[in-house]
This record gives sequence, structure tokens and C-alpha cells, in this order.
Amino acid sequence: MATHTGGLKSAGPSNEVSVRNLIRSFGPKGVLNGVDLDIAPGEFVALLGPSGCGKSTLLRALAGLDRDVRGSGVVKVPEQVSVVFQDSRLLPWDSVLGNVTLGLRDHDADARGRRALAEVGLAGREKAWPHELSGGEQQRVALARSLVREPRLLLADEPFGALDALTRLKMHALLKDLVAAHRPAVLLVTHDVDEAITLADRVIVLQDGRVALERTAGTSVDQSSLRGELLAALGVHAAA
Amino acid sequence: MTTTAARRATTVTAPPYQGDSTNGDSTKGDAGTHPGAAVEPHLDPALTGRPDVRPTSRRLGPGQRRRFAGLVGPAALILLWVVASATGLLDPRILSEPWTVVATAGELIADGRLQENLAISAQRAGLGLFFGIVVGAVLAVLSGLSRVGESLIDGPVQIKRAIPGLALIPLLILWFGIDETMKVLTITLGVFVPIYLQTHAGLRGIDLRYVELAQTVGLSRAGFIRRVVLPGALPGFFLGLRFAVTGAWVSLVVVEQINSTSGIGYMMELARTYGQTNIIVLGLAVYGVLGLLSDAAVRLLERKALSWQRTLAG
Ligand SMILES: Nc1ncnc2c1ncn2[C@@H]1O[C@H](COP(=O)(O)OP(=O)(O)OP(=O)(O)O)[C@@H](O)[C@H]1O
Ligand SMILES: [Mg+2]
Repeated sequence: MATHTGGLKSAGPSNEVSVRNLIRSFGPKGVLNGVDLDIAPGEFVALLGPSGCGKSTLLRALAGLDRDVRGSGVVKVPEQVSVVFQDSRLLPWDSVLGNVTLGLRDHDADARGRRALAEVGLAGREKAWPHELSGGEQQRVALARSLVREPRLLLADEPFGALDALTRLKMHALLKDLVAAHRPAVLLVTHDVDEAITLADRVIVLQDGRVALERTAGTSVDQSSLRGELLAALGVHAAA
Repeated sequence: MTTTAARRATTVTAPPYQGDSTNGDSTKGDAGTHPGAAVEPHLDPALTGRPDVRPTSRRLGPGQRRRFAGLVGPAALILLWVVASATGLLDPRILSEPWTVVATAGELIADGRLQENLAISAQRAGLGLFFGIVVGAVLAVLSGLSRVGESLIDGPVQIKRAIPGLALIPLLILWFGIDETMKVLTITLGVFVPIYLQTHAGLRGIDLRYVELAQTVGLSRAGFIRRVVLPGALPGFFLGLRFAVTGAWVSLVVVEQINSTSGIGYMMELARTYGQTNIIVLGLAVYGVLGLLSDAAVRLLERKALSWQRTLAG
């Protein structure tokens, strides 16, 4: 339900992520100055913003990797969170399958890992070392690793940033399919306005440590005007 | 037009493997002095079809691994010894001839003395190595993973490192007498230091990004040690192991020659009192072979265990 409405302030107990007044500074420099963010179950949110505005900082805070976040408000994040980093971050000394099942404790972990690898089109590569895969393949393994744990929330920090344009388009389609199949809530950090528009239900722009703009995306929205608005918010004026 | 043709001729006749950039630069400088001939060398179709364009970039690594390549150096050394002895360049009273040493080995094997002494030496080195590896690796993990462990362990190990292992022998003899315990302990004390140092360094060098990853996938403490810490520290451990194996043999020689009634070192020490150069040289050769074999074994183990690594050694 909330998936399509993408309400700007759909705060409520049913939200997967609920953040109020998140503050983070490095020394005297305030990076996040009171961020409010809600993500409904199954909702796909893209996070845009100029370089250095604190996108990764916000993501790390949500992932629980940052112990020095402050704030007068709340940070509510589900138990099962998966993170996809900008680098694929595969353990070089572990096989592809070992990387996918890392941290899984159930008996059928291997079978689930194999299924996840098949889902990202890497069946048969279970025994390969990470360095034997291409950059795009490594990022697909990272996707398999995050989805095999059936997360309620998927946090992705520019997961396709290092890939070429063609591979990136294929990865968009793959991510769309995977998200449709597993239905986690997603927060995707990206530099790419078009990536944000094609993938997300909702796009937010982070600026000066706050959410500066928040727009519903999706097929029902005029894509080109949304694109122009987002680019303007990022300080780029698109030739109309 | 003529300049271009001349330029092309130079490039084609240039020997292969000569740096292409050198060619390009000189041509550019040329074009600067003759503004009329502004043909870019890369754009000239005749040049792009050059037969001597290098297909791959220059190789900087050492190249393909070859089998038994490690034996070439030692074999050359033996050959030198044979030649020097055969030509009389080397006085047998200074260094026995290779064939005398081989004959001596035959005799000592026939009456069983060589095997006996070798077995006891190997046992000492093996035990010392084993305990040293266990102690070094455990201490490295404890000190690498906890601040308390580090403050308790690292300092004393650094102090031990500053004291030459052989300087401890008098004290060890007072404490343990001159039996096997003292000998194995001396070797252990020599072995655990490089294992500790290298494993600790390898462990501390594990990329923080992998630690974060372990947190996000919810690895337990034990899982983190097993899946991230130990494999990540393995390259360092193997480096330490190679130092340790060499160190074990060195310590062995010392403890066997100082006070012992068995072992290769004792056999050599006995030979010295009787002036039997051939047995001394045989002992040296045995130590050499043992050292070479154990190092080869470690390296083989290392290659198997670290096959995930892409390194220069290949
Ligand atoms: N560990 C740190 N110590 C000090 N400053 C930091 C640290 N991490 C981030 N910062 C600062 O916080 C600000 C936000 O960093 P962050 O990585 O969140 O930016 P970002 O929006 O992800 O940028 P990009 O799009 O380039 O990845 C930057 O100015 C950065 O210098
Ligand atoms: Mg970032």
C-alpha cells in the first residue's frame, strides 16, 4: 500500500525505517544536522545529494556501523538489515559461495546460497575465488550475499558506481527483479539521477545535512519534469 | 608529405619493444618545429597498422613459474665444489671432497649412526617448532584481538625479541638441566617470536572494511575469527613460519653442539675432536638439505593455503 503512495510523511508504527532528528558531526563539522526519514515496508527510496553531503554517513548510521551518531529523536531500523557497499567487499580468501553464505547459521545455508547465486545469474561459479570474477560479477555476488538473508531493509551505497554504463543498466534490471521477488525496503544511495528515477518509488535529496527535497517517482509521475527538478536541486541546470 | 613519409619510415624500422612513447614524443617535438606537417602520428592510418605494435604491455613480474627452478642454485654450488675438489684447487684438509663425504654418509648409514642422530635431531626441531607455532599463533591472536591481550602480551614478546635466544641457554640449563626439555624449550623460544610478530602484523593489517562486513552480516565472535581473522592473518603467519623453520635449525645446531650426547650437532662436535673433516662436512650438508627441504615444504604449504592470493610470485 505505502509502496505506491510514497507519502512524504507517512510516519507510523508500521514503517520499516523511522528516523527523527539524526545528528552526526566529525569534530566541529556538522555533517548530518537533523535528518528525518521514513521508509515503508517494501518501499524503494533513492538518496541523492552532492558529494560529501553525508549520504554514506547516513547509510552507515542506519546500518549500525557508526557508534557516534546522536540525535534527539529516534532511529528505528529492523533487525534484518543487509548492506551492499560501493566495493563488492568480498573476502578474497573465501570462495564465491562462502562469501554469499557468510554469517548464515542454518543447515540449508549452502543450498540457499546456491539458489541466490543462480538468481543473480552466477550458477556454476560457486567455487571460484572472487578475484576470478569481473567487477560486475563481483557486485552480483554482493547482491546475492545481501539478499540470501531475506532482509527487511536493504541499504546500498552506490553499488553500481564502479561499473560501466551497460553493465549498470543490466544491474538495474536485476536489482528491480530481485527487489520485486524479495520485497525488502530499500535505501539506495546514488549519484545518478536517472538511476534514482528508474528504480525508486521515492527520491530524496540530502543537502546541508538535511532532507532538502522529497519526491514520489514511479511510472505515474512525469519523468522529465522530475528529472529537471532533481537536477536543479543538485545544482545542475539541465538544458530543457 | 615528405616529412610524414620519413617519419613513418623511422617508426617502422624502429626495433620492436622499443618504448613507443619515445617515438611519439620525438615526433611531436618534430611537428612543433615544422608547423606545416601537422599529422598526428597516432592518426596516420599507415602507422596504426604497424606490424611492431606490442600486443601486450611490458611484463614487470618475474614470469612463469618453472618446476625444480629452486634447485638450480644449490646444484650450481655443488658443481663448483666438485670441480674445485677434482682440480685440486680445494685442499681436502680444509674441505673434504664431495665423494669422500658421500662415502662417509654411506658408512654412517650402514652402521646406523646417521639415521639415529638425524631422528633425534628432527624430533627436537619438530617438537620445538610445533610448540613455537602454537604459542606464537595463539599469542598473536590474543594480542591482536583484544586491547587487554595486547598490553599484556606485546611488551614481553618485544623484550624477548631483544634478547638473543642463545643468551638464555645458561639460565635454561640451570632451570631444566641439559636434557631434552631444555633443548626443545630453546628451540620453542626461538620459533615463537617470528610466528608471533608476523601473524600479529598480518592480523593487524586486515582491512577494516572486512571487519565492517562481518558486523553487517552478523558474524559471531568465533565466526569472525574463523572466517576473517585467521585467513586474513595467514599470509603473515606463513612469512613467520619460514623464519621460524630456519630459526629452529639454527637453535638446534647450538643446543646440540653445546651439550649433547646425540644428534647431528653432537656427531659433528665429536668429529671435531677427532679431526674428521668429512663427518663435519657431512653434518653441514645434512643441515643444509634439511633446511632446504623444510623451506620447500613450507612454501608448498603456503601456495596451497594461499591459492586465493594473486601475487607476483604466482
Ligand atoms: N571518518 C570520518 N572522519 C572525518 N570526517 C569524515 C569521516 N567520514 C566522513 N567524513 C566527512 O563527512 C562528510 C560526509 O561524508 P560522506 O562519506 O557521508 O559523503 P557522501 O555524501 O557519501 O559523499 P560521496 O557521494 O562522495 O560518497 C564529508 O565531508 C567527509 O569528509
Ligand atoms: Mg559516499
